[in-house]
Amino acid sequence: MSKVRVLVGTRKGAFVLTSDGKREKWDVSGPHFAGWEMYHLKGSPVDPNRLYASQSSGWFGQQIQRSNDGGTTWEPMGNKFVYDGIPGTHQWYDGTPHPWEFKRVWHLEPSLSDPDTVYAGVEDAAMFRSTDGARTWEELSGLRGHGTGPHWAPGAGGMCLHTILIDPSNHQRMYIAISAAGAFRTDDAGKTWRPINHGLRSEHIPDPDAEIGHCVHRIAMHASRPEVLFMQKHWDVMRSEDAGDNWREVSGNLPTDFGFVIDVHAHEPETIYVVPIKSDSQHFPLEGKLSVYRSRTGGNEWEALTKGLPQKDCYVNVLRDAMAVDSLDKCGVYFGTTGGQVYASADAGDSWAPIVHDLPAVLSVEVQTLS
Amino acid sequence: MIRVILPAHLRTLGRAGSEVILEVKKSTIGGLLDALEEQYPMLQGAIRDHVTLQRRPFVRYFACEEDLSHEPADTALPGAVVSGTEPFLIVGAIAGGSF
Repeated sequence: MSKVRVLVGTRKGAFVLTSDGKREKWDVSGPHFAGWEMYHLKGSPVDPNRLYASQSSGWFGQQIQRSNDGGTTWEPMGNKFVYDGIPGTHQWYDGTPHPWEFKRVWHLEPSLSDPDTVYAGVEDAAMFRSTDGARTWEELSGLRGHGTGPHWAPGAGGMCLHTILIDPSNHQRMYIAISAAGAFRTDDAGKTWRPINHGLRSEHIPDPDAEIGHCVHRIAMHASRPEVLFMQKHWDVMRSEDAGDNWREVSGNLPTDFGFVIDVHAHEPETIYVVPIKSDSQHFPLEGKLSVYRSRTGGNEWEALTKGLPQKDCYVNVLRDAMAVDSLDKCGVYFGTTGGQVYASADAGDSWAPIVHDLPAVLSVEVQTLS
Repeated sequence: MIRVILPAHLRTLGRAGSEVILEVKKSTIGGLLDALEEQYPMLQGAIRDHVTLQRRPFVRYFACEEDLSHEPADTALPGAVVSGTEPFLIVGAIAGGSF
C-alpha cells in the first residue's frame, strides 16, 4: 500500500510526518536537529530513503545532513561552500558593492538520476553541486559569472537562490530563481546561464521590465510539460509556455497576487495552487482568512479553497518552500505556516485538515509518495 | 591534556560529551582548534570559517574567567588550561533571542 512521508523544516528543527495512502492518521517524528534552523529537506527521487537536509544556526553556521534510511538516522556531511575564484561583489541594499559572502543553504535539489548528486541553492546567491552524496561541494560559477551578477541585490530575506527545478525530459536544462535577481536557465547542466525574465514587471526596481532585479518567489512545473512554468513573483502570478523565454501574467481574479508559494497538481498540469498574502508589508492572509486558491485553467480563473482552513483571526504566512504535492490519486496538497501548522488536503484542495498545528515556524514542506 | 567544554549544539553535532579531552601540538588558541577539528571533523566550519579561520561572530572563547575571543589565533593558552586544571570553554554568545 502506498505511503506518504512529509518532510518539514522549521525554525527550530525538522519533523517527519508519515501516513498511509488514506492520509487520515499521521505519525510525527521529531524534532530532529532540535534548536537548529532547518531550511529544507528533500529526498532523492532515485532512492527515496536518501534524504538531504540543510541545517543552520546563527551561532554555528551551515551543516548538511544526510539520511540513508528515510530520516531515522542522520550523518553530518560536507559543509564547505567556497565560491569559485575571487567571488567579487554584488549590490548591497544601499546600492554600494558588497562582497559575496556565504550565509546558508536555502534549498537542496537531489538529482533525478543519481542519488549521490545533489544541488544546493545558497545565500549569497549561487548554486553548488555535490556528486559524492554531499561530502564535497563545487560551485557552478557560470551562474554568478554570466555577467549580471555584480548588479544583483538582496531582498529583505537576503540574496538567496531558493528554487531549483530540473527538467525531467532533459537533465541538462535547469531553472533557478533568486531573490531579488530573477529567474535563470541553463541548457548545459549548469555551465552557462541566462536570465529568463522577459515579461516580468516589477515596480520596486527603477526599470520595471529590466532583464534582472525581479523578486521571484517561486517557480513550479509539471513533469509532463516541463516547458510550461508557473511563477509566484513578489507581486503577480506568471506563466511561461516556452521554458521561461517569455512570461505573461495570470493573476486573473485573485484577491491579491502577492504570495510566496506556487505548485502544480500531480496529475493535472493545468491545475495550480497559490496562497495569496495581503501585501509585501503585511505578510498574512486577507481579512485573517487563510485560503488556498486553485486554478484549473493554468491561471487567470481562480477559486478559493477554504474548507477546513481558519476563516477568522488567522495571521500566519506561508513561505516560499512550504508547499508540496503528493502523487497519489487523488492528489494530496500540503503547506506549512509560520504559525507552525502543516495542513494537508487528500482531495486536491477541496478540503483541508491540520496534520500538526504547534510546530515552530515552518520554513519548508516536501512530500514523498512511497510504494 | 587539554579539556574543552562545548556548547550543547556542538556536542550533538560532534557526538561528543560535555567535556572533550585533546592532545594539542601547539598550545595556542589556534592549535587547540586545529586539534579539536582534527578529532571531530564535523565541527569544521561550525566554530571558525573553513577558509579564513576567523571565529564565527556569535562564538566566544572563555578560559580562567577571561574572554579570549578577540585574541589572535597564535595567542598562548593560559597555563592552567595547558595543565588541564581549567577547561577552555567554547560558548554560543547571547543573541538576544534572534536565533
